[in-house]
Amino acid sequence: MILPTNTPAPDFALYATPDKQVKLSDFRGKKVILAFYPADWSPVCSDQLAVYNESLKLFQAANAQLLGISVDSKWSHKAFSEDRHFQFPLLADFEPKGAVAKLYGIYDEKEGLAQRALFVLDEDGIVQWSYLSPIDVNPGADGILDALDTLNNVIS
Amino acid sequence: MAHLKNPVTQNDHSTGNPQSGRILVEYGDYQCSHCGIAFPLIRKLLRQYGDDLLFVFRNFPLQESHPAAVIAALAAEAAALQGKFWEMHDILYENQAELSADNILGFAATLHLDMSRFSQDWRSQQLLDRVERDLEGGLRSGVNGTPTFFLNGERYNDYDETYQSLAMLMEA
Repeated sequence: MILPTNTPAPDFALYATPDKQVKLSDFRGKKVILAFYPADWSPVCSDQLAVYNESLKLFQAANAQLLGISVDSKWSHKAFSEDRHFQFPLLADFEPKGAVAKLYGIYDEKEGLAQRALFVLDEDGIVQWSYLSPIDVNPGADGILDALDTLNNVIS
Repeated sequence: MAHLKNPVTQNDHSTGNPQSGRILVEYGDYQCSHCGIAFPLIRKLLRQYGDDLLFVFRNFPLQESHPAAVIAALAAEAAALQGKFWEMHDILYENQAELSADNILGFAATLHLDMSRFSQDWRSQQLLDRVERDLEGGLRSGVNGTPTFFLNGERYNDYDETYQSLAMLMEA
């Protein structure tokens, strides 16, 4: 079951680069967008992340940090990021494999992959919006942007 | 179902028949090879059904993937200020593999644009803002890659890079 809204997002520490881990709680005070995706290099994921790469200005304007997460290794993430010029971190949910995806209820046990799932967390780390996309469908950025707008309107 | 958040206006670049009840919007990137595949298909569609269709092109440059996408989009916008948007649009797609700044200047010369005006407009913040507004409108409307089409405001998901899948729109 995908983690429901209004629940605290479980904290985690994952490698963002070969020698540096990031913790979800490091981003307290900012909104966080978690974009789980099945695999580096696969066509649908690459399109999805390329669209998010172009959305960063809008995410930043909403005080939101984007984090991509898959079960690929930190070295695969490094090569993939460099190849596609991604300007946001890709986190390696690699060892134990898929542990964070399991915490968020979107691990595909059969395939051994994170499903294509999106979470928007508020400044206190509470899940305010989530979306589980069919595995072969690129969900785009509109749902995230709508969720960020809603959060910003509630606050202001 | 994703739908267009920003309706088509006079400020959009359009071709075909404004009186027709069908408005097809494409979000495209001049350096995207899939948009390059769509380009002749759209042209054929307009040749065949131009009286029954208004076609609108909006910019969706994926600049981190396609380093020349933004300068190409700006070139088409700069040409538009001299009344030659579609001429530049076409020449950019016809030469998609060679979108360098030098070549784009060459295209502008081929189209007999006022070159000093073109060079100035091409670099203007105003046109960059316009391209970014197109991109933002696309992101908010659920554009998830290029090309993405909207027919009368609803995202068209059945395009599969064949002419048939576009011609089907004319029966909708």
